[in-house]
Amino acid sequence: MEVIYMLIGFSLIVALIFLALFIWAVKSGQFDDQYTPSLRVLFDNKKSTKQTNNNKNRDE
Amino acid sequence: MDTATAIISTDICYHCGEDCYSETVHFDDKSFCCLGCQTAYRVLDESGLCNYYDLDVSPGINLKDTKHRARFDYLEDQEVIERISDFKAQNRISISLYVPNIHCTSCVWLLENLQKLDSGILQSGVNFLKRELTLLIDTDKTSLRNVVEQLVTIGYEPEIRLEKLDSKTEKSHQNRSLWLKMGVAGFAFGNIMLFSFPDYLDITGSGLGGKFHIFFGALNIILALPVLFYSSSDYLKSAFAALSQRGINLDVPISIGIIALFSRSVYEITTMTGTGYMDSFTGLIFFLLIGKLVQQKTFNRLSFDRDYRSYLPIAVNVIDKNGFERSVSLDKLMPGKQMRLRNQELVPCDAVLLSEEAFMDYSFITGESEPVSVKKGERIFAGGRLIGTSALMRTKEKVTNSYLTKLWNHEAFQNSPKELKLTTFADKISPYFTIAVLGVAFFSGLYWLQAAGMEPALSVFTAVLIIACPCALALSTPFTLGSALNVLSLNGLFVKNHLLIENLSKATSIVFDKTGTLTNSEATEIQFYGIELSKEEQKWVKSTCRSSIHPLSRKISTYFSEQTSANAEDFHEIPGKGIFAVIDGHDIVLGSRYFLAEQTGLKITEIPKTNFSGSTAHLVIDGVYKGFFGVCAGLRTGTSGLLNSLKQKFQTYLISGDNENQKNEFFEYFGVNGSLLFNQNPEEKLEFITSLQKENSRVIMVGDGLNDAGALKKSDFGIALSDDVSSFSPACDAILEGTSLHKLNDFIHFSKASMNIIIASFVLSLLYNTIGLGFAITGHLSPLVAAILMPLSSISVMVFTFLTTRFFARKRGLAIWK
Repeated sequence: MEVIYMLIGFSLIVALIFLALFIWAVKSGQFDDQYTPSLRVLFDNKKSTKQTNNNKNRDE
Repeated sequence: MDTATAIISTDICYHCGEDCYSETVHFDDKSFCCLGCQTAYRVLDESGLCNYYDLDVSPGINLKDTKHRARFDYLEDQEVIERISDFKAQNRISISLYVPNIHCTSCVWLLENLQKLDSGILQSGVNFLKRELTLLIDTDKTSLRNVVEQLVTIGYEPEIRLEKLDSKTEKSHQNRSLWLKMGVAGFAFGNIMLFSFPDYLDITGSGLGGKFHIFFGALNIILALPVLFYSSSDYLKSAFAALSQRGINLDVPISIGIIALFSRSVYEITTMTGTGYMDSFTGLIFFLLIGKLVQQKTFNRLSFDRDYRSYLPIAVNVIDKNGFERSVSLDKLMPGKQMRLRNQELVPCDAVLLSEEAFMDYSFITGESEPVSVKKGERIFAGGRLIGTSALMRTKEKVTNSYLTKLWNHEAFQNSPKELKLTTFADKISPYFTIAVLGVAFFSGLYWLQAAGMEPALSVFTAVLIIACPCALALSTPFTLGSALNVLSLNGLFVKNHLLIENLSKATSIVFDKTGTLTNSEATEIQFYGIELSKEEQKWVKSTCRSSIHPLSRKISTYFSEQTSANAEDFHEIPGKGIFAVIDGHDIVLGSRYFLAEQTGLKITEIPKTNFSGSTAHLVIDGVYKGFFGVCAGLRTGTSGLLNSLKQKFQTYLISGDNENQKNEFFEYFGVNGSLLFNQNPEEKLEFITSLQKENSRVIMVGDGLNDAGALKKSDFGIALSDDVSSFSPACDAILEGTSLHKLNDFIHFSKASMNIIIASFVLSLLYNTIGLGFAITGHLSPLVAAILMPLSSISVMVFTFLTTRFFARKRGLAIWK
């Protein structure tokens, strides 16, 4: 049963890593703005050539 | 859509999507409604940013109405830069700008791609809800001024207001510490629950052997220490502060519970007499902090505490001795300076007019909707907006001494008493609660002392303190009101602080401002009364009005928007009286009755008097009286229904800075004499609220402008009505969307229901406490009972309040989901 000491130790280390990640996330401002990042997902990174196919979309 | 309008405007602006009815600019096979929109397109096109138009149809902002492009000289002043930037090093500036025009995904995309427009911008990020743009600028490659001007070109003019100069450090990261505290508590809670699991199954702690007991116990204590010293520090500090001022708040019994829970657990673990309650302890803190986070959930983009400083710009153009214009930041503006203002600019301080004449729009200050004409040498008050041609004026006072600022120096604005008198139900009962808990603990302790000795007596004493800890009680208020706050904001009423809902629920009187609140300047109705005008005549009238800057003529000119216009051969305007013009050889005279009598051969008796409630302009064409234009501000939709339903249960009053033109219109809604007050200046409004309060009324004030600011502040619940929630609204307790005004009655009823829900959840949590006390007094509080009962009480209170608030919201017909 002594293996429990080690297992608990490992599990605590893993948990502490998660706590550290959480603290880092908070400090890096991840919880400051909870809305805008959801918009950024929508942006494509495609290279736009001059005067792209805008006209097609605009006729509707 | 009727086809007629579709034919008239086939061109739709590629940039902003407006109809190009007045002019069309063609560029690149695309149509634009104005040069501004075309410029914006060109700038984007040249930088290869036309993806902007793919993200949304016509995402641009109409540039026609953007304020006069103020000169941004002041942005070159190092001191100003220093004061408005967040951070400044040798060649780096980091700055956050408030950009009210951010309104869709495309805006975010464009603003975050600013690097492509200007290589000097190293980083740009947008906070959509706050409408904030954060920039990192390399000053070797560009200047702040260039960047701001670039923003103006593409239609995102940042608002740099006077308050920005005064604000010291940004406090935007305030709630980060709360997240951290909650994270630490949650981490400890989860792990301690795991470590305590063997003990739940085997209360004696012998199952796994003594060594494991010590090991888990030690780990529990180590994990619980940061929770005690870091996560719960707010509660302990608040309780300590209350006690040192000889007061008791709800944090006192909570803190007693926390300390009792922790010290007894440590005692049990170290003496090997039990397993302690560390899981309950950390769980309790975790739930309390969640409650606090709910409580702190603020509306980022709304600002409730605005005063004149957020209304005024940061700088004005001053003419120096050599006759050069340069911009000066407002805090450096001295009396006796000459300044030049342009159309739509604000007068920053009381001044004297040097130009011949100017029109001032004081609507935001006094509530008077009609612009006022000011003659040379007359005084102009701060906060007025210049309309029409530019004007020269000489400053008379420093910004801080103006009429507008005096309103804020009124006692109503000095240390707000509203926050102080606010005591929640929880705070009211907490002294009794604390005394009761301590009493029960002592008496049961005494009983066990003589019945079984010191050891069990101490254990029962601490058990009572632990189980009576009013965590569910502490959660019921923030959770109910937080939930209510959420429902209200879904429906367009944004309340500053959840505690203020209590004030809303207790209201007995409701005072309305008229201009901008009940009436809507956008919804003005204009009608021609008299002989019907022929097409030709309509064209002449339109052409006449087009050249005038008077708002009434503007409205008349848009009334005939379908007509083409001709150029006037002769045109002169006598401000405040009327217009005279010759078009295609016909005399057009438009104005007041006396003006018409002067200008034309008509006698004053030949021009009929009107009993129209609103502004009028009479029309004479070629000496023949045709009739008059009547303009009245339209009521917001649903207003009449609202007023009728409110007057059943509340005292309603109308108080307006405007003239009595529309008195008759409102008579049926407010009826009784004295409840309709016109021509009120801001201070009279404030005093009216005070006099109502002296008669023991709880007053809700609904207003929109700076002229209502005093009354809003003084009232028990001040609602600022705003058509664009993120735009300027004066200091208030709540901001209401213009389109939601008709729901006001439902809001009040819902807030009453919320207060009842709080009481119900109090009863619920007290029930848990009594059950727990039963266990504790009889000496049966095992860690298992505590571990079940404590989280259960907290969670069930959260669920209960969430469900009941939604239920009552639904009953009142309010939206509960978005």
